[in-house]
Amino acid sequence: MGITQLLFWILTILTLGSALMVIFSKNPVHSILWLIVTFFSISGHYVLLNAQFLAIVNIIVYAGAIMVLFLFVVMLMNLNMPAAPLKKKWLKFAGVLSGGSLMLVLIAALKDTESMRREVLMQTGDIGLINSLGMVLFKDYILPFEISSVLFLSAMVGAVVIGKKT
Amino acid sequence: MTLLAFDWGFALEKLVLIAIVITVSLVVAMYATYAERKVAGFMQDRLGPNRAGPFGLLQPLADGLKLFFKEEIIPSNSNKFLFILGPCLAMLTAMMTSAVIPWGGKVELGGRMVDLQVADINIGILYIFGVVSLGVYGMMIGGWASNNKYSLMAALRGASQAISYELAMGLSLIALLMLTGSLSLRTITEQQIQGNWWNIVYQPLGFLLFFICALAECNRAPFDLPEAESELNMGYHQEYSSMKLGFFLFSEYINMFISCTIIATLFLGGYDMPFVDEAKLSGIAALIVGLVALFGKTFILIFIFMWIRWTLPRFRYDQLMNLGWKGLIPLALFNMVITGAIVLFTMKAH
Repeated sequence: MGITQLLFWILTILTLGSALMVIFSKNPVHSILWLIVTFFSISGHYVLLNAQFLAIVNIIVYAGAIMVLFLFVVMLMNLNMPAAPLKKKWLKFAGVLSGGSLMLVLIAALKDTESMRREVLMQTGDIGLINSLGMVLFKDYILPFEISSVLFLSAMVGAVVIGKKT
Repeated sequence: MTLLAFDWGFALEKLVLIAIVITVSLVVAMYATYAERKVAGFMQDRLGPNRAGPFGLLQPLADGLKLFFKEEIIPSNSNKFLFILGPCLAMLTAMMTSAVIPWGGKVELGGRMVDLQVADINIGILYIFGVVSLGVYGMMIGGWASNNKYSLMAALRGASQAISYELAMGLSLIALLMLTGSLSLRTITEQQIQGNWWNIVYQPLGFLLFFICALAECNRAPFDLPEAESELNMGYHQEYSSMKLGFFLFSEYINMFISCTIIATLFLGGYDMPFVDEAKLSGIAALIVGLVALFGKTFILIFIFMWIRWTLPRFRYDQLMNLGWKGLIPLALFNMVITGAIVLFTMKAH
């Protein structure tokens, strides 16, 4: 077992463990902090796949910006009550049933796809590096890229309009 | 056992380098507190600290010792784990940024080429942004875990300030990156050494914007709203005592040192001594000249940081937000468009 494999397993355990802790923590602030740990370990996986740009963007955007906003909202709403009101029994059953069937469908859909059968190339391939990614984004996928930026712009305008209304 | 097939000399070299970098940042930050009080004294026509040791030079040690011996208080209604985590995170993120700064060129030591940079990654600047954006957490978690409304208010203020000014900071850097065509701090420095001018000549507006945003990110006056003691009693670290408070205060000085180093690296040529051709010097001499140049620039910038702090009064919250969103961001966008147009027309593309 090389150092890469060792790191992979450590990161995997960390990712899954912290993801589970997100769900099992009673305190919403703790959940958010565990989610940040999850993002960090996913970024670690990106680095192992030689996708440093993706790794750092994942940290900047998710851990650095979106999670801060989550924290803002949770802290201002002061959700740290000792016990959240218990849901009804049938609601729990319905949740488990629908979530479980969603997982079943996803696994069934993904298990035979081509990308699952391909072996992961560790530390090779350079699509995650900033040079190659920029080339691909601005040459091959320029139209979808620009359209998505227009989408972001319209979302920003919408947010400003809603903010002005009050 | 392939696990041991690893360049242990490399690991050792990096460990020693990290230890040196961290020690230097701590010592500089320690004496930055002394320098701050001396500068404040000078600006206000006082003497400043002059009791401990010659010229008061032992004052930082005395302050540190005092903080260590103070009573450690954890408020009973606070979230204990997060209360301790807050200052730790603040210190950690302050230290992590130094990893990608090139402190000098390569030197040959004992048959190895030693790179005076902990990690020369090709996304150096983005790494700095990532760590800076995490710096908010120490403040926010500390402020929230204290279970005090003033702390929470200050933490929210600090976080929104940091987020707002990060945007302008990023935008002001994009223009610089268009010119350099690289995100690696090593490459950016080497381009400035080989080229005729430092980046500040090509990007005066970018430099100014970056400098202002760095002030705001370090929570330095006039942007020290998270610590506005007249409105918030003390700020996000109100409930903290002893060395945990010390960590919060100290991490700010480390942040100041590191951000001055980054400004020096990005805009002022890094370890490039003006009017000296480093290529003609021998290895060790070039190294010393480079270190002197980098630290000289950094200390001048730190002095300017202090000068601004003791000259300007604090912004009001709405003024702060207006400046960030309506002043700096449009200016940064303007700078970006101009730079982009010039790069396009002169075809200085890399």
